Amino acid sequence: MLLAASVIQSFAQQVVSGVAAGAIYASLALALVLIYRAMDVANFAQGEMAMFATFVAYTLITQFHLPYLLAFVLTILLAFAGGVIVERAVVRPFEGAPVLTLVIVTLALFSIVNGLAGLIWGYVFKTFDSPFPARSIQVAGVFVGIQDLGVIAVTLVVLAVVFSFFRYTRLGLAMRAAALYPESSRLLGVRTSRMLALGWGLAAAVGAVSGMMVAPIVFLDPNMMQPVLLFAFAAAVLGGIESPVGSVIGGVIVGVLLALVGTYLPGGQNLRIPFGLIVIVAVLLFRPAGLLGRREMKRV
Amino acid sequence: MALLELTQVVATYGPVRALHGIEAQVPEGSIVALLGANGAGKTTTLRAISGMVKATGRIRFDGHDVLNRRPEDVARLGVAHVPEGRGTLAQLTVWENLQMGAYIRRDRNRVKQDLDRVCGYFPWIPQRRRQPAALLSGGEQQMLAIARALMLRPRLLLLDEPSLGLAPILVREIFDLIQAINREEGLTVLVVEQNASLALQLAQRAYVLEVGRVVLEGESEELARNESVRKSYLGY
Repeated sequence: MLLAASVIQSFAQQVVSGVAAGAIYASLALALVLIYRAMDVANFAQGEMAMFATFVAYTLITQFHLPYLLAFVLTILLAFAGGVIVERAVVRPFEGAPVLTLVIVTLALFSIVNGLAGLIWGYVFKTFDSPFPARSIQVAGVFVGIQDLGVIAVTLVVLAVVFSFFRYTRLGLAMRAAALYPESSRLLGVRTSRMLALGWGLAAAVGAVSGMMVAPIVFLDPNMMQPVLLFAFAAAVLGGIESPVGSVIGGVIVGVLLALVGTYLPGGQNLRIPFGLIVIVAVLLFRPAGLLGRREMKRV
Repeated sequence: MALLELTQVVATYGPVRALHGIEAQVPEGSIVALLGANGAGKTTTLRAISGMVKATGRIRFDGHDVLNRRPEDVARLGVAHVPEGRGTLAQLTVWENLQMGAYIRRDRNRVKQDLDRVCGYFPWIPQRRRQPAALLSGGEQQMLAIARALMLRPRLLLLDEPSLGLAPILVREIFDLIQAINREEGLTVLVVEQNASLALQLAQRAYVLEVGRVVLEGESEELARNESVRKSYLGY
């Protein structure tokens, strides 16, 4: 009886922390989806840009002694500006280039950002304090970490902001139109190239949140985001790479599955990365459009 | 002076030259048609005006040199182009399509009035405003495309084959509306049509294009009587 209760208890805890991890994957997956929709390219540098932003937050907190919340907001703004600058400086010269070229550009960006972070901050692991207390509270008979709840709450806020922006603002509407129908949008006066830069800014800002949420869980170092990027890809592919809502659902599913794999399979902690790859391959094999994606349709 | 003036406009797609020196004028407040067979260069002429293909020569609109400007900049001068295929923003709702039509405008109150106005022209719009435009029929999409173009409050409306794929009665309705707007508000229209008899009824003047050149021009009535036009384009 007692044993059963503790099994359920531990299972529920795993699910909650899986959802929290999934929320982090979801933010980065959403960032990937934003850029994929705008230019049909998977941005392999998305995780590294998030890592770089997290180092910026780290510097603001440890060197400039800013309070966490201020550093958090400032980092998001700086990440937005950084995303815009990266697009203007690195991506824009390749406007209209084949997709493969752009993919290579994002791979180059991956190594550049990674190396730059190593150069500036070094490769020694750093601790990045969590804004949330390390205590647990009891919710419906289950002990859940405030840390996990906090991460989930922050992600929900970010998602709400992003979705409202796209749904209810003129600029958000124009960005959607420009991403889906660049030619028609230009005829309506939309500066599509600027919209793309804004999209990169927005993706970088959303990614920065995932970086700042993951850093307290792992350690801060230049390679911190690489597994997260893999899981974010799994989430985005699972949800449907064109679907922002799908990427969030995919993130949560991947997060929970990984938590369960890590806990209940023998040697599970080492199976997490292969498992992420298995998800990607399985989805691409059996349901390429993902859960919410539209089936590929090309007009002939 | 004409609102739109094309002088020696030459356009090439890669190695293929599509326009061989087009000369044409569209006077303010008029409806002008470009006629011709498939591949005569009608669509390319419109695309050159709105900056979607590179061209040489001269294109003046309202005192501005618009040759090789970016499409978004030409639109911002007041040129609304309903392209081939209608440019429907298919995944967006009907209402979002109309809002995008007014994207460059800052006069919010007037935009609201114009939304009411186009809903007056097309009374089915309000009931279907929340539907994705992809769910509309071809005729409805054409009407939406015109409504979206009107939301820009254009000085010049470029229409590419508005009759394509539509039932004749619907074409008549749309053409009557364009004529009414032209009459009442002085909107200048340049329309590309394969259906020459319809176009000559709609427009006051027309140009006939053949392989990238203007081969005939004149008042619509005059062209409708012209024997070679009748044989080649009107079919009688």
